Amino acid sequence: MDNIAGTKSSLVWAVHMATAALVLLWVLPTLGLLVSSFRDADQIAASGWWRAVFSSEQNIVYRAADVQTQVQQGDLWVLQGNVFDGGKGEVQSFGITSRAPSDFAPGTAAPMKDGMAAQVEVNGDYRITAPKAFEGRSPRLFVTSLTPPRFTLANYSKVLFAEGIGRAFLNTMTVTIPATVIPILIAAFAAYALAWMEFPGRALLIAAIVGLLVVPLQLSLIPLLRLHNSIGIGKEYLGIWLAHSGFGLPLAIYLLRNYMAGLPREIIESARVDGATDFQIFLKIILPLSFPALASFAIFQFLWTWNDLLVATVFLGNTQDQLVMTGVLRELMGSKGGEWEILATSAFVSIAVPLVVFFAMQKYLVRGLLAGSVK
Amino acid sequence: MQQLFMASATIIIGVFGCVGYFFVSNLVLDTLLPPRGPEAGRNISRAAQIRPWLFLLPAILLLSVYLVYPLVVSVVLSFKDSQGASWVGFDNYTWLLNDTKFRESLGNNLLWLLVVPAAATFFGLIAAALTDRIRWGNFAKAMIFMPMAISFVGASVIWKFIYDYRGEGQTEVGALNAIVSAFGGTPQAWLTVEPTNSFLLMVVLIWIQTGFAMVILSAALRGIPEETIEAAILDGASPLQIFARIKVPQIWGTIAVVWTTITITVLKVFDIVLTMTNGQWGTQVLANLMFDWMFRGNDTGRASAVALVIMLMVTPIMVWNIRNARKEMR
Repeated sequence: MDNIAGTKSSLVWAVHMATAALVLLWVLPTLGLLVSSFRDADQIAASGWWRAVFSSEQNIVYRAADVQTQVQQGDLWVLQGNVFDGGKGEVQSFGITSRAPSDFAPGTAAPMKDGMAAQVEVNGDYRITAPKAFEGRSPRLFVTSLTPPRFTLANYSKVLFAEGIGRAFLNTMTVTIPATVIPILIAAFAAYALAWMEFPGRALLIAAIVGLLVVPLQLSLIPLLRLHNSIGIGKEYLGIWLAHSGFGLPLAIYLLRNYMAGLPREIIESARVDGATDFQIFLKIILPLSFPALASFAIFQFLWTWNDLLVATVFLGNTQDQLVMTGVLRELMGSKGGEWEILATSAFVSIAVPLVVFFAMQKYLVRGLLAGSVK
Repeated sequence: MQQLFMASATIIIGVFGCVGYFFVSNLVLDTLLPPRGPEAGRNISRAAQIRPWLFLLPAILLLSVYLVYPLVVSVVLSFKDSQGASWVGFDNYTWLLNDTKFRESLGNNLLWLLVVPAAATFFGLIAAALTDRIRWGNFAKAMIFMPMAISFVGASVIWKFIYDYRGEGQTEVGALNAIVSAFGGTPQAWLTVEPTNSFLLMVVLIWIQTGFAMVILSAALRGIPEETIEAAILDGASPLQIFARIKVPQIWGTIAVVWTTITITVLKVFDIVLTMTNGQWGTQVLANLMFDWMFRGNDTGRASAVALVIMLMVTPIMVWNIRNARKEMR
């Protein structure tokens, strides 16, 4: 409709701006977490993620080197070192008490009690002098510094190998793949029967499946957990595979039936005339032709099982060899609520696979959505 | 590793088991009622009556065990005590009516039902209308659609980071508090502030569901016959008028579908509340209340009663869906 007269250029600009604003609003939350997952803990605490590429101002409380390291130069005792401990930074100001943490400019000498004096250079080198030997705890320095942006992969290696996310990744795969593959076949046969075979009760069955589409999962949990416990698969992968398959079936049958019913009647009838059985028609004609619908459902079921927390919490234990990634994330949110570097990185590891699948297979996902919402 | 091996073995057994079942059962049927010989006609028509049920059997079994059977058992359990041992009549339901936490959950659920579908559909409609007009629309669509792929728990982490509160005197690293302080307000622990916190949780779901609304509505907008729009342009309608008076009225049906689909999602919302506030500070919802009574309260009677309330709220949509589906098949 773009080429029809009546579109004003000012309006086009407004559309561009509004779309850009909307996109930003939708992307920024995720971007914030992504950026944070590459920053170290100190930096996350020191400045918002939107400042990650700028130098951040940090207030450091630094205890000078141990008094053991003091050296005597002439008649002065000297403690020296660098407040950044080998890191990089730029000292803006420093102080010697917590009440006045930024009284002195770098390079100037700050007089302390008992004839002592402290001096901090821009690059962080400090030198504290005293007329007699230091004793007890070394003095503290208060430094306001500009720290240059710093990005690290340390969070990822920590999360993958130390926080149990690596293991949870495997567990999630274990849950997801069979739970995606098994319902497809069962649903495909059922969908074929519902689309292309005449039998009494067909309309009723289709109506029942449309109804089952919206039954809340919550209703199934308690009875099924009891059932699984009584037959001994209460906390087993077999149980969750069956549960996910059962819960996914209504959508699978509904999507596939709608798609198969739309296939041209002539193909199927000419195959019947040629003497093909229903089993052959299904396997050799319907199944290959239904590939787009199969792919749509596979993506749905994959995203749903990968992202699920409820079913996994109920049907799997919370031991290390059964906890899925959403479960680990939930536990981390409880136990490490403030440690954003761990949380952000874990979250990103867990959403990476669905995002890749999403961007690679978006076409099928959209098609499935359009077919799947009850019209 | 052993576990992945087990999973692959399951896939192979499952797939071959399925194909094997269908193949063998069809073979048996064809041997018992061969479509040839003196009684071929009778055999064919009999086999045609049995075969659909062979195709449907596994699906019907799974559906009955995993969806229909639990529905019945839940109703039964809701009339029994906490361990499901003895009958207690309507006790669980009278408890529901008098429980403050239940009322709070019900109220919150109604609020969610009012706000989330409306907001998500609204933003989805706007996004669909905007992105259909520009060249980089597909990219914009993909970006707005992206949260659909993110788990509710992942989304909760993302948004909890935005709502983060560090405490007085510290640099605020949560975006919301940074914005609030930039405009001269005081940073707060937003997730504990009633009733704002419920709305902050809703934002997460709106953020996720808008992409879904956009995709469906965008397809509907493209399906509008061009003649109606051309006629409106010839009559001198402004773009805004065309959108509000010509396009939107023609896609009311789709808007209703989007609305009801999101409504069902809202009724089942659980992960977001569990992970962000766990129902504290007046944010409890029914699905999380049910989870609470199931795991922490260990009371299957009350949990089942709460689950049935959710089912009851879904039922009108279910009936409406079935009627629409039947109308379409005719």
